[in-house]
Amino acid sequence: MELLDSFIFITIVKAAVVFAVLMTTLAYLQWVERKVIAHVQVRPGPYRVGPHGLLQPVADVIKLLTKEDLLPPYVNKPLYLLAPFLAMTMALISISVIPFGPMITVGPVKTWMQLTDLNIGVLFILAASSMGVYGIALAGWSSNNKYALIGGLRSSAQMISYELPMSLAIAAPLLISNTLSLRQLVESQKGGIFNWNILHGPFPQIVSFIVFMIAAFAETNRVPFDLPEAENELVAGFHTEYSSMKFASFFMAEYSNMITVSALATLLFLGGWMAPWSVEWGASLVPTVIFAVAGATALYHGANAARKRDKRTLPVFGVVFLGIAGIFLLPVVQFWLLPLFWFAAKTGGILFLFMWVRATLPRFRYDQLMGFTWKFLFPVAMLNLLVTSFLVAWFTK
Amino acid sequence: MDVILFLIFALIAVVCAINVVVQTHPISSALSLVGVMGSLAVLYLLLGAEFIAAAQVIVYAGAIMVLFVFVIMLLNAGAETRTGRSYLIPGAPLLVLFLGLLAFFVQRIFPDTTMVRFGGFTGGGPAEIGHALFTTYLLPFEVTSILILVAIIGAIVLARKEIE
Repeated sequence: MELLDSFIFITIVKAAVVFAVLMTTLAYLQWVERKVIAHVQVRPGPYRVGPHGLLQPVADVIKLLTKEDLLPPYVNKPLYLLAPFLAMTMALISISVIPFGPMITVGPVKTWMQLTDLNIGVLFILAASSMGVYGIALAGWSSNNKYALIGGLRSSAQMISYELPMSLAIAAPLLISNTLSLRQLVESQKGGIFNWNILHGPFPQIVSFIVFMIAAFAETNRVPFDLPEAENELVAGFHTEYSSMKFASFFMAEYSNMITVSALATLLFLGGWMAPWSVEWGASLVPTVIFAVAGATALYHGANAARKRDKRTLPVFGVVFLGIAGIFLLPVVQFWLLPLFWFAAKTGGILFLFMWVRATLPRFRYDQLMGFTWKFLFPVAMLNLLVTSFLVAWFTK
Repeated sequence: MDVILFLIFALIAVVCAINVVVQTHPISSALSLVGVMGSLAVLYLLLGAEFIAAAQVIVYAGAIMVLFVFVIMLLNAGAETRTGRSYLIPGAPLLVLFLGLLAFFVQRIFPDTTMVRFGGFTGGGPAEIGHALFTTYLLPFEVTSILILVAIIGAIVLARKEIE
């Protein structure tokens, strides 16, 4: 029991679990994104590798690992090698302060579903994301390629500019919750959807949430702010000269950053792992109902299959979904599975928004991008912060 | 543990600081400066000043140095060539002497008991700093804000295009 209770052992186990889950999510997020965009554009998306393309991420990983790792002779070698490493590290490091759920008891051990809780958690994430820009800027510069350089320049200008409205948008809900620790931030929002910071008075943070989301799109270099890698102007932007795993690490850094900002939006505005309404009103049944409906739909479509293959695959999915629905009813796992479900559902919803926007919107023009943040987003965020702080000061006394 | 961490990051900070001067390429110098800022932030953390550490990374490493790197990249500044004599031979002993004297006097003026121990300082959280800024140091805080505002307006006036 001595070993199980030691801080180092628990931390190592938790880090291993979080890392494994994160890496799998990163790989499958790519599959989900391709599927979502494909369905928005009325195509089937990846379909060849495995049922419904489910093994596509595995194929992608094998492809990226076995590709030739090209080191162009004209690059600045130390910085060229440092850049993907830096981008990846700074993207992964923020996960360590994100709380996924409340305190749980596994056998003799009581622990939080979080790697560590800093009393400057929000600032830590901001610091990590502000360091992440070096990865992209250095990749662009050290490649010694004009397209890569322009990509790197664009990204550093864009990330500095959008960091300001983002920080201001983060500051407003922090004023209401009165803490910088992400765990306490979530605890302050418990008790239903009207206590979440997005709806909770003295001043509901809807404006702040929208500003945060826009800035988050820009910080992660996603459409419509993906000018650093605008392929019709810049070949591939800052990672033009990268191949194999070095290219993959930029890719993983982008998706990891997406997960971090989505989780941060969940924690700041949407009440983290808290259910939107109380258990008496049936909040604990929601995941069961959702998975049961999904399972039933899959079974129905399996019975009336349009494609030959679906006759075999869809019933399997249906049974799996119904099984998951059953697991959510077990009281043994409910205490940690339900908070995790709400956290994953909210984060996943925001991730879906990222994909939806990518499938829908065209790219900004460069001058519009800069004008938008400095002339519109920044004043709006500032005004929102002012109003919030006045109202908070007025009501708390 | 604290002492080992302190020695590691102090060493990194000093090596990076020397590297800032030694490197001939501006980008390498700027990145070494980022290294100095980062290791200083860790030293602040060791002393228990979390907020200062985070502010150090966000403001210095994450904003100011990014701007430096941005400008160097934008101007595409190349490596500099060494010109003139190096003053390393008389300079290095003088520097060591100066640092030694400084350490000696600090040791003499501030007795051992008043020094901050690793992790022994507890006023470094955001709440304490906010409280101190808005009560004890309110006037300096406001004066600094106005100074920064003046600097911002000055920058805009200087950078503005003439309107015909």
